[in-house]
Amino acid sequence: MQRTSTKAPLTPHLARLEAESIGIIREVAASFRKPVMLYSIGKDSGVMLHLALKAFAPGKPPFPLLHVDTTWKFQEMITFRDMMAQKVGMELLVHTNPDGIARGINPISSGSSLHTQVMKTEGLKQALDKFGFDAAFGGARRDEEKSRAKERIFSFRGPGHSWDPRAQRPELWSLFNTRIRDGESIRVFPLSNWTEYDVWDYVLAEDIPVVPLYFAKPRPVVKRAGTWIMVDDDRLPLNDGETPEMRMVRFRTLGCYPLSGAVESQAATLPDIITEMRAAKTSERQGRLIDSDEEASMEKKKREGYF
Amino acid sequence: MTHHRAPGNRELLRFLTCGSVDDGKSTLIGRLLYDSQLIFEDTLAAITKDSRKHGTTGEDIDLALLVDGLEAERQQGITIDVAYRFFQTPGRAFIVADTPGHEQYTRNMATGASGASLAVILIDARKGVLTQTRRHSYICSLLGIRDIVVAVNKIDLVNFSQETFDRIVGDYVTFASELGFRSIMPIPISARFGDNVSARSGNLPWYHGPTLIQHLEQVDVAQDLTTRPFRFPVQWVNRPNLDFRGFAGTIASGRVAAGDAVVVAASGKTTRVARIVTADGDLPAAAAGQAVTITLEDEVDVARGDILVHTTDRPEVADQFAGHLLWMDEEAMLPGRSYLMRIGNVWTPCSVTSIRHRVDVNTLEEHAARRLSLNEIGFCNFSAGQPIPMDPYAENRTTGAFILVDRFTNRTAGAGMVAFPLRRASNIHHEHFTVDKAARAALVGNKPMVLWFTGLSGSGKSTIANIVEQALHRAGRQTYSLDGDNIRHGLCRDLGFTAEDRVENIRRVGEVAKLFVDAGMIVLASFISPFQAERRMVRDLLGEGEFVEVFVDTPIEACIARDPKGLYAKAQAGQIKNFTGIDSPYEAPTTPELHVPTPGRTAEECAEDVLVQLRARGVAC
Repeated sequence: MQRTSTKAPLTPHLARLEAESIGIIREVAASFRKPVMLYSIGKDSGVMLHLALKAFAPGKPPFPLLHVDTTWKFQEMITFRDMMAQKVGMELLVHTNPDGIARGINPISSGSSLHTQVMKTEGLKQALDKFGFDAAFGGARRDEEKSRAKERIFSFRGPGHSWDPRAQRPELWSLFNTRIRDGESIRVFPLSNWTEYDVWDYVLAEDIPVVPLYFAKPRPVVKRAGTWIMVDDDRLPLNDGETPEMRMVRFRTLGCYPLSGAVESQAATLPDIITEMRAAKTSERQGRLIDSDEEASMEKKKREGYF
Repeated sequence: MTHHRAPGNRELLRFLTCGSVDDGKSTLIGRLLYDSQLIFEDTLAAITKDSRKHGTTGEDIDLALLVDGLEAERQQGITIDVAYRFFQTPGRAFIVADTPGHEQYTRNMATGASGASLAVILIDARKGVLTQTRRHSYICSLLGIRDIVVAVNKIDLVNFSQETFDRIVGDYVTFASELGFRSIMPIPISARFGDNVSARSGNLPWYHGPTLIQHLEQVDVAQDLTTRPFRFPVQWVNRPNLDFRGFAGTIASGRVAAGDAVVVAASGKTTRVARIVTADGDLPAAAAGQAVTITLEDEVDVARGDILVHTTDRPEVADQFAGHLLWMDEEAMLPGRSYLMRIGNVWTPCSVTSIRHRVDVNTLEEHAARRLSLNEIGFCNFSAGQPIPMDPYAENRTTGAFILVDRFTNRTAGAGMVAFPLRRASNIHHEHFTVDKAARAALVGNKPMVLWFTGLSGSGKSTIANIVEQALHRAGRQTYSLDGDNIRHGLCRDLGFTAEDRVENIRRVGEVAKLFVDAGMIVLASFISPFQAERRMVRDLLGEGEFVEVFVDTPIEACIARDPKGLYAKAQAGQIKNFTGIDSPYEAPTTPELHVPTPGRTAEECAEDVLVQLRARGVAC
């Protein structure tokens, strides 16, 4: 059991970020009755899960993973999710909003906004309530989007999972205020201080598995609203005269496939991805169709309980 | 393939920007992001669109819109919260805390400063050193920031005048001389046009110093924590199986090696470090900032909240200490009121025993104070619920910082910094008498407790308590009544009816009641005691089951109609100030042990409710 570290050390920058995140994750385990880690299968979730495994070694993280499945994720994501849960030996809970299914909500005819609201936000709230979780980890980073830049690491949610930006607690030093009453909860963001660069550098340094969709390869795609949408299954209706074409593409962020835009790329390895990212002229969220719906759309979603 | 270089080998610099309203903080940060080419095309497209709608720069891109995040504040045109921004240059990675300059938001500035090691203080070249400049500099100093950049912004609007710059810098250095900064670097800039931000300005030929970015890349702010005494606050006990018991945490300062002799600071138990465990294997040694799991050679009692230290360099352990307190809650801090303190990984009740002085953050003058309101700073004495290992904040930001949390709202209400422990904790030992509470109670066949009657003036508290006491006395129980008549005229003769005095009044009553309970008696305390916090404080003084809260619930209309002492009439006429229910609030108990509604019932019927409760608690009566 006892072995001496032989791994090449992380850069001081990554080592510091790693230690900070491990401290945050341990704090939740020590302070809450029933925590859960949201696992959305993407690179950020992968890094967060890896940090959790490191935080509790030689034991396992004392909480389950939760995936809110909209039923529209890429097939490769679901395969990867089940493989990872098996590999790390943690309990994986999967929840799909049954009301949304009954109402036939989908990202194509319902629109991205309603689909996200019902299948992601409402689905998440249902799952948190069903299991009675009082703290939930999310992989969001402050560098992603403007309203996220002001998010606390321990973000307080009132009854009904409401987020009031004016009622957030001042967060000084690492003295997190973990006190809540019944019906209240905390969302915790261990990757708050990471950037997209840091995440990829860390994935490379720690050899963390990621969904193959991040790597370029020929995939069947159609051009919609200036971006490439992958035809992942036969549920995506094709417009008149539209035929899927094989393009060398990859994804910078992953979500529901009809809402995730691919970029044309030759980057088929981690170093290639990192090189491409550093030369990039657009932000990673640009591929996400939900953000461009309206100004300040993320803040509205967060008030409603979106992660 | 091009070769990118991550800034991974340089130390990350966390800094904050602060200044007055309209000094251009948001514009400066927007400029830093823009110049370091971290603004993506889609983001730029979005703010170009926004600039026409909200911006203040006409047709130019308003860089401030890159950072003014939330919808509400964007509409108000001011930054109201702390935002964290990320950028990197080939030389270094940075996290900037963008903190508001608006007068009310001192607490946000302190929040930003608590995690920063350098501050950029913006001064509008047209306005010079302002009250807020002094305030922000003082807060930076209080929060332990030692390196300052004075960015004299909008230098373009004073014709790039060296004379103006020199005058402002002179004013600032004079003012800051007593704040204990290690370095002050003045730089003339124009955030809007980029002069001396990342590019040297041709408009300022008289300036020979570095640009802002050059300075930030080069400045050495390392407070070498690894050379300080070893402090390891235990965060979580890791027991995955019977064979492993490790103590997980992040090393706050110093270094530790396997085999080192260590001591649990609060208990004084000594042992040695067996292993330093990480997911990547054991380490021979570890230092400040590393998150590790330590196993010990002996089975000593260690829990979350304990601090492991070297036997040779131990922190003070105290339950009384002095320190600065920055108040961040709308509800004022009252001495004597009980809050929850988090220091390190310990949560414990804590109250301010006295405010030594309040600091006027504009003049740094010291004033007497009886309370601290939102954004006020005081130097106070504190009393904690248990002895705690601590270091002065100036020596260790981790073991010397604490927060106070409101016990009812759970809001983070205060931020504190330990100055020094008070010796009382070590000098006044709690004596352990062999004749204890249980022995005294057994002698008289009593079950000691406090019946705490709370309710409005004239609600019938004393009347009901009186009947209950008579019944107890007839049954042979030893009792004692505390009420306004025997307390206000003697023990608390020096107190009035302001919120501060009411808190102190109840604190004293609580302590007296505790002594009577210790003597084995049943205490009947009848006090309006309008604030939940103080009733909670008395409850916490006593043991489990010893505090029975009796809410005598009479509607205010009935009390006014009854008005046995004519007090409501006087209060309504304005002859009595701070009268509960009239111009001072009554916070009704939400979960009293006993709720006694009085309308339509006699005092005897109400008293019987109390006696039933007492019998259920094992009191023969």
